[in-house]
Amino acid sequence: MNRNLILGAGLSSLVLLAAFLSFVWTPFDHAVLNIPAKLQPPNGTHLLGTDHFGRDLLSMIMVGARTSLAVALVAVGIGMGVGVPLGLSAAAAKGSWLDELIMRGNDLIFAFPSLVIAILITAVFGAGAVNAIIAIGIFNIPVFARISRGAALSLWEREFILAARVAGKTRARISAEHILPNIANLLIVQGTIQFSLGILAEAGLSYVGLGAQPPVPSWGRMLADAQTMVSFAPHLALVPGCAIILTVLGLNLLGDGLRDWLDPKLRVARA
Amino acid sequence: MSLLNIQNLSMTIAGTPVLRDVSLTVEPGGITAVTGESGSGKSMTALSVMQLLPDLARATGQITLDGTDILDQSEAQLCGLRGQSIGMVFQEPMTALNPVKTIGDQVMETILIHRAMPRAKAHLRTCEVLERVGLPQDRFPLSRFPHELSGGQRQRVVIAMAIALRPRLLIADEPTTALDVTTQAQILDLLKSLVRDYDMGLLIITHDLAVVADLADQIVVMKQGEVVETGSVKGVLANMQHPYTRMLFAASGHQADLPAAPAPTPLLEVRQATRDYQLPRTSLFAQPGHHRAVDSVGFTLNRGERLGLVGESGCGKSTLTRAILGLEPLQSGEILLDGTPISPNMATDLRRKMQVVFQDPFGSFNPRHRVARLITEPFHGMENPPRGQERLNLISQVLEDVGLKPEDADKYIHQFSGGQRQRIAIARALITRPELIIFDEAVSALDVSVRARILDLLADLCRAYALTYLFISHDLSVVRSVSDRVLVMKGGQIVEDGPPAQVFTNPQHDYTKSLIAAAPVLPDIDTLKRSQPHA
Amino acid sequence: MLRYSLKRLLSLILSLAVASAVIFAVIEVAPGDPASFMLGVNAQADTVAALQAELGLDQSKLQRYLSWVSGMLGGDFGTSYTYRTPVAEMIADRLWVSLPLALFALTLSTLIAFPAGIYAASRRGRAGDSAVMGATQLGVAIPNFWFAMILVLIFAINLRWFSAGGFSGWDNGLLAGMRSLTLPAIALALPQAAILTRVMRSSLLDILGEDFMRTARAKGLSRRQALWRHGLRNAMIPVLTIIGLQFSFLLAGAIIIEQVFYLPGLGRLVFQAISSRDLIVVESVVMLLVFAVITVNFAVDLAYAAVDPRLRSRT
Repeated sequence: MNRNLILGAGLSSLVLLAAFLSFVWTPFDHAVLNIPAKLQPPNGTHLLGTDHFGRDLLSMIMVGARTSLAVALVAVGIGMGVGVPLGLSAAAAKGSWLDELIMRGNDLIFAFPSLVIAILITAVFGAGAVNAIIAIGIFNIPVFARISRGAALSLWEREFILAARVAGKTRARISAEHILPNIANLLIVQGTIQFSLGILAEAGLSYVGLGAQPPVPSWGRMLADAQTMVSFAPHLALVPGCAIILTVLGLNLLGDGLRDWLDPKLRVARA
Repeated sequence: MSLLNIQNLSMTIAGTPVLRDVSLTVEPGGITAVTGESGSGKSMTALSVMQLLPDLARATGQITLDGTDILDQSEAQLCGLRGQSIGMVFQEPMTALNPVKTIGDQVMETILIHRAMPRAKAHLRTCEVLERVGLPQDRFPLSRFPHELSGGQRQRVVIAMAIALRPRLLIADEPTTALDVTTQAQILDLLKSLVRDYDMGLLIITHDLAVVADLADQIVVMKQGEVVETGSVKGVLANMQHPYTRMLFAASGHQADLPAAPAPTPLLEVRQATRDYQLPRTSLFAQPGHHRAVDSVGFTLNRGERLGLVGESGCGKSTLTRAILGLEPLQSGEILLDGTPISPNMATDLRRKMQVVFQDPFGSFNPRHRVARLITEPFHGMENPPRGQERLNLISQVLEDVGLKPEDADKYIHQFSGGQRQRIAIARALITRPELIIFDEAVSALDVSVRARILDLLADLCRAYALTYLFISHDLSVVRSVSDRVLVMKGGQIVEDGPPAQVFTNPQHDYTKSLIAAAPVLPDIDTLKRSQPHA
Repeated sequence: MLRYSLKRLLSLILSLAVASAVIFAVIEVAPGDPASFMLGVNAQADTVAALQAELGLDQSKLQRYLSWVSGMLGGDFGTSYTYRTPVAEMIADRLWVSLPLALFALTLSTLIAFPAGIYAASRRGRAGDSAVMGATQLGVAIPNFWFAMILVLIFAINLRWFSAGGFSGWDNGLLAGMRSLTLPAIALALPQAAILTRVMRSSLLDILGEDFMRTARAKGLSRRQALWRHGLRNAMIPVLTIIGLQFSFLLAGAIIIEQVFYLPGLGRLVFQAISSRDLIVVESVVMLLVFAVITVNFAVDLAYAAVDPRLRSRT
């Protein structure tokens, strides 16, 4: 059995579990300030220690996981929901003005890294988790459009697609019935990878203040808060950092494992 | 003493045996052909002489080249032998050359890597050897890149690389399988003359018995990793001992037994069909040029007739097929099926009168659907498609028609062999009882024995259902055996049209003549027997 | 080759035109009038109108777009709403921090990834390969700004090899400048190097399975010779794509990393501008970043043609 898959699925479900558990139970209330207990290193009462307001880090991490996962998940959803149909239509109309338009549009979005999109959006509409989702989501669109177009194009050359065309099926129907199921594996794997990139991007945006705003806890902002205190309370930086690393690592391992498990010949561009 | 002597070579790959007790010899100036169907281990035998085997391969036995046992050599010693004492030519010329290096650099590398001569002399030798394989400097300078050459020309470059240092042994692994028949004849002639001029030994791997008969002195017939028969080509063919050899020979020249065609009433009429492709622009401002893939083609296919269409790659037969199937539009002319014009947006009812069987038994089916769903795809768009028990009965019936079992309907496509997949493809084409079936290179990817059985199946189906079909192939002998009438296509035009007997014995067009002359033929056994009284 | 380059150049110009229009349009949507914002709530209507005229805000949208673009072409990015200084001047100073940082990181990442990728590919499936792949798996999971904080903690606070932040400026010599950019560049480069290593390795492994590699071996080349002479150049094609993409990630990443090290780069500028609603500065910085990304991708397209002769002869 596949070691990456087990390790990846284990780590990912741990994070998922923590996020869901936080709705019903956390060791302490993550929002309650307790100044006397501030800046405690990890100990028996506070397993991961406390921050400069005496809040329990484990509770904050658990609630923060919700933000990270939600932002990344919705962003991947936007990317897939818009990008895959675009890519499939481009492939079905290969060489036409539609294909050209979609692909040039893609190239254009690629020129705006998610941070730049986020800066633009924040400048106009202000900072917040929703805008972070939109920024990461827009950036995901060309990724999925490109990968589904590439995979679909090679399928369109296959003879079973010609056979379906001979049977008189429309291009839209062939895309849905024959193309989409055959690129689903590829999309799942790429989806996992984009999910992990989304977690990193959300952390980055929150760190510079463009992501989730207080009082919504987020891993990126916990790191921003920790920055001035890192010399005397390193656990403030280490705890959220490790949470991010373990989540991203878990998702990446899951992606690799899924790829090997679903199809050993499958190749996904990791960029 | 033999140049190459393989004794009791056995090999396993990751524990699975692939070769068992293989023995063969190649004499200096002699040609030994190893033949057999896929999985016979013929290519592995060739690669084991080069010691370019997969990582997990383990070989035992002896491979002696001029007295040196290759299995005892270190990797560094082997590198010294490869290219210097043994040259190798591969099957796929389109991918055998490095796309980013010039042909001159690639040929010269063989010479320089062995430090055989200084650079200036190596340059001269490169020109000389390219000239020798038929790529003269004035037309094919050293600075050419592989993508600027055709398949046949690339294969010549690969041969030039292999013989640049005049190795004593040349190994050719299916060197002409990927090439057109006229190009194949030229490459085989080239190999033959190189063996003669350089007094090399040639070990050629081929699935084609006609090529063996044409070229080789010694034949080695392999089946599932073992040698079943070996000896001089004439001797073995005149007096075949092993049933497998006999089966191979019979299948290679197999003629399917077609029933007589009914009286002619037109079904498919192709009138002045012309199809152009736009070429990439050569300049930003000039009008893009056109390539005329199909040029004023006209013919009529009658009901119940079996029409063969022969042509080499690039002759326009695939484009014509796509136009007939209504997948691509024509620029001018028309194609009528049962009196109704065919076009990409024709009605599904009209489409259903026509079905197709493609070449690639692996790419023809959606791997995620079961056979029942795959072969009922032509029901799409029917007003009243058969349902329930009626549908199941049809599926069982058609599977039995093509020699499969009704239970196969619940399997996925990867559970079938290449030949079985082609049967499923035929079942899919048959299920709606179409008026016309198009076979597009439908047996080209199959081993000869499988091919023979599929051709017999076609003949049986013709008897049962009075099929009308258009059989498209690059292989003259196959077309001959399954058609009532043959068309020969070249440069987008039909250059010959007539019954097979007439086209093959008395061709009118020069191109047809050259095609027939180039195609290797199986020797006549009776003539062979008479010339070999002691065999 | 010339035709290929011209075609790419045409598409470069087109992309820049569309990108500038998109950026301009997005900023236009922003609520609030910069002139009233600058003058505060108590400003007189005629003062606001005068300032609007001074800033060119009374012209039509198309006129403003055209004058913005033509100004940029001549190096004039307009005047900052908050500081009343030319935006070009503000950007130029900051650019000399952000751009060298991104390039420094790109160089580091390439220098690490090439040998690591080649090493892993040539040891495929053995211990060395597993070690490199494990390290890259961790590398891609690390957020660069967190890594930067850890580097500061170790090398600046504990070991005191580098200063914890700030920028000495290029006036104090190249070395001093490089020194203050070293930790940020490492923080940026390592995660990217991990990605590039993986791409390099898998690209090489793909090439190793190609027919022409076997042909090369049949000529008498050893595994290593075949890899160097025939494998590398072919493997470069996908690697170049990733290097092009990485530049845009690094430039954007530089903006975040600058926050960790208190570097006076484009990042500080743009975040200050956002909080003071100095939209013309935001607009110009974003355009500059997009310009850099598009231009680098143009360079990558040209590099493709240099590596792959098939592109040169195609039109």
